[in-house]
Amino acid sequence: MAAVLPLSPNSPAVQRLLLSGNEAVARGVWEAGTRVAAAYPGTPATEILETLSRFPDLHAEWSVNEKVSMEVALGASMTGARAFCAMKHVGLNVASDCLMTMTITGAYGGLVIAVADDVGMSSSQNEQDSRFWGRFAHIPVLEPADSQEAYEMAKQAFVMSETYETPVLLRLTTRICHVKGLVTVGEREAHEPAGFVKNPQRWVMVPAHAKVRIPGLFKRDETLREVSETTPLNILEAGTDRSVGFVTSGPAYMHVKEAFPDAPVLKLGLSHPWPPNKLRELAAMCDKLVVVEETEKILETEIKAAGIDCHGKDILPSLGELSPQVLTPAIDRLLGKPVPPPAPAAAPPKLFPRPPTLCASCPHMGMYYTLSQIKNLIISGDIGCYTLGAGHPWNALDTTICMGATMGVALGMDKGRGSVDKNKRILAVIGDSTFMHMGMQGLLDITYNHGNVTVLLLDNHTTGMTGGQATPASGKDIHGRDAPKVDLFKIVEALGVPNERIKVVDPYELPTLFKTVREEIKIEGPSVIIARRPCVLIDEFKPTRPYLVEEDKCTGCGNCVEVGCPAIHVTRRDRVVKPSGKEVELAFVEIDSQACTGCGLCVQPCAPDAIQHVSRRDIPIHIVKTTSSS
Amino acid sequence: MSSDITNILVCGIGGQGVMTATEILAEAAIAQGHDVKKTEVAGMAQRGGVVTSHLRFGRKVLSPQIEPGTVQVLLGFEGAEALRWSHYLRPDGLALVNTARLVPPVVELGLFEYPDDPTGKMREAGHKVVAFDAMSIARDLGEIRLGNTVMLGAIADYLPFAPDVLMACIDKRFARKGEKVVEANRQAFAAGRDAVAKQLAATPA
Ligand SMILES: Cc1ncc(C[n+]2csc(CCOP(=O)(O)OP(=O)(O)O)c2C)c(N)n1
Ligand code: SF4
Ligand code: SF4
Repeated sequence: MAAVLPLSPNSPAVQRLLLSGNEAVARGVWEAGTRVAAAYPGTPATEILETLSRFPDLHAEWSVNEKVSMEVALGASMTGARAFCAMKHVGLNVASDCLMTMTITGAYGGLVIAVADDVGMSSSQNEQDSRFWGRFAHIPVLEPADSQEAYEMAKQAFVMSETYETPVLLRLTTRICHVKGLVTVGEREAHEPAGFVKNPQRWVMVPAHAKVRIPGLFKRDETLREVSETTPLNILEAGTDRSVGFVTSGPAYMHVKEAFPDAPVLKLGLSHPWPPNKLRELAAMCDKLVVVEETEKILETEIKAAGIDCHGKDILPSLGELSPQVLTPAIDRLLGKPVPPPAPAAAPPKLFPRPPTLCASCPHMGMYYTLSQIKNLIISGDIGCYTLGAGHPWNALDTTICMGATMGVALGMDKGRGSVDKNKRILAVIGDSTFMHMGMQGLLDITYNHGNVTVLLLDNHTTGMTGGQATPASGKDIHGRDAPKVDLFKIVEALGVPNERIKVVDPYELPTLFKTVREEIKIEGPSVIIARRPCVLIDEFKPTRPYLVEEDKCTGCGNCVEVGCPAIHVTRRDRVVKPSGKEVELAFVEIDSQACTGCGLCVQPCAPDAIQHVSRRDIPIHIVKTTSSS
Repeated sequence: MSSDITNILVCGIGGQGVMTATEILAEAAIAQGHDVKKTEVAGMAQRGGVVTSHLRFGRKVLSPQIEPGTVQVLLGFEGAEALRWSHYLRPDGLALVNTARLVPPVVELGLFEYPDDPTGKMREAGHKVVAFDAMSIARDLGEIRLGNTVMLGAIADYLPFAPDVLMACIDKRFARKGEKVVEANRQAFAAGRDAVAKQLAATPA
């Protein structure tokens, strides 16, 4: 059985709800009486704050980046309030500067950080294991195995945080965040902040103060290790088949139970610090010990260092998710059992890939179509929907590293380039949300250091990639209420870009965009082109009448296909030899009028004017901006 | 341990309503007193990527992931996507497939090919497949958005509980939209059930 923690003693009317791990965490955080919850969006953690924003009696916010969200939570904790921040794995890299010192001040009001690892990389630039932060920052790590535990541990984390005056890391993975399961929930408990107490030795981290407090971290580690031996979060299940015993945490526990229901298991809900005595007890009761952990070899290394013999990554993969299907043959092999080859039907059929695409009418198409028409560019990129510009048909993005990196990378290329790259133009593409997250500092570095970079700021008034969350430039807060709207033009100007080198263009107007890019890349020194058009996900976007291709007029030039809109479909291909003797490929097209939202981008490169508005009476009835019926 | 578990895989592409359909199936299973887990793999699904939703229910569900070769019913919202996940079917499993053909840009650009007859390929591989055009069924009912309910109707007779249980969950979803909408969905549900039943009757096993 999974760990079941007692709900609060006076837990009232219980309800069972089908909740995702993210929703369950939000519910637990809210019930704990939390006053402040902050996050910057990031898959797979985004829905935690989205859910919290719908609960009453707490301040929920989209922060501009993860570091700020953590600082906001810390400040609230200093007043004695219960406080929370959530982020994806890479977000904690950004916030880590705060983390590494706030662990020394410690928490006053319960302070919980939810971090979601994208194990399997469904939509992230890397896979990394956030459990390391527990070791690095000397803070406890809680790992739920399903939604019910996510809810319970979120609540428990606040108690632990206050009892041991420590920030607590609630480590989630995609398979927790996005799996729905039944959760028995309770009600919100009151938690009144005790009030800020001036105490420079604790809150002003200068060397003299930090030196005094750091030994406390090591002591806290020891105390928590003792807690780990007795907490109901760590359970030793004796099992009946003693040939292999397992140590596991998080969603891997469910895979172990599914594949080996009778084996002894030490399930670590508090996985750092882990309990050495319990582990020895398990080791003594089974012939072989296997550590089942996703991604890195953390527990295994530590268990071996404690002198306990075990298996782990020698038989299990380090990349991607585990599953019963991965575990079973690995353990069979370990036990010397014959492993049947997978059944032929179980092999996936060979098929075309279906990579994500930009939406029909996405303003980014205008920019990438334009860039794909210009030669001799090096285009430094960043993270967002616009990263898709690296793919077909545009192939107009040359680098992507981490959020905001485009600026520094472009400047470095500019400063580092030798004669081979001398005649190339260097551009930096960035989305508006990414710009405010980490890009502004990079732009400042470009202007300050005389960079020769043309920046393309794709201002679609939202955080498109993660589902359309508001930003400081959208004039709305997390609840959709009015908020001060920052002016990106003025920010860019204040960062040192000359006024006349800041151009605002409509990415739907291809000729102007083309002309502006051509002009700006010729100019020495920094310039910024702000391409402004709303993303289709937000209310500001108004779909208009769809287009269709007049079959008799289409010459098969294929220009519109190069725009990259998913609503354009090729109906027929052909090859012809031109009078010049050159062979060209033809692609005759049609537009799916149910998918077309009428941006008019594809109309512009169409030489024979074959793309026309659907006449009014032909407009399919469903073309009104509504969500689907269900 | 997992012998009483029902595994249903719903697949399609982003924006088709795969997740919502699975959510309603999950609600029906809960109404029947089952433990339920539902998990999605949707890498940037909003942008026309592949979406699969795994639904598992029974007395007690542990791992949320369905293993290849263990699916009782596969509900495919798109032909090629049904083919993509057909290896998840167990030998006696059933695939219910909407024949919609959604061709991605990588195919339009001539970089890859879309298979001519995805459901035919599934049959060749020995799977039991029922293919139907949910969207034209919905269009005949006068509202293309009823397609999802047609899909749910299609699976209704192949669940370990009565179709009424699922229908009741759909009713509940649309109740606040008024009696007319509820009625339209009831018709779509019946049409989905019919489309599958007719074909199964026509093709001897
Ligand atoms: C440190 C970090 N935080 C969050 C994310 C998740 N994420 C990727 S891109 C992005 C923002 C995209 O918004 P924007 O820059 O406006 O571009 P758009 O998607 O709208 O084109 C977010 C939140 C991430 N990859 N790294
Ligand atoms: S969500 Fe917005 S930014 Fe992303 S592809 Fe769609 S329109 Fe473009
Ligand atoms: S007008 Fe052209 S580019 Fe724009 S959405 Fe319609 S088909 Fe796509």
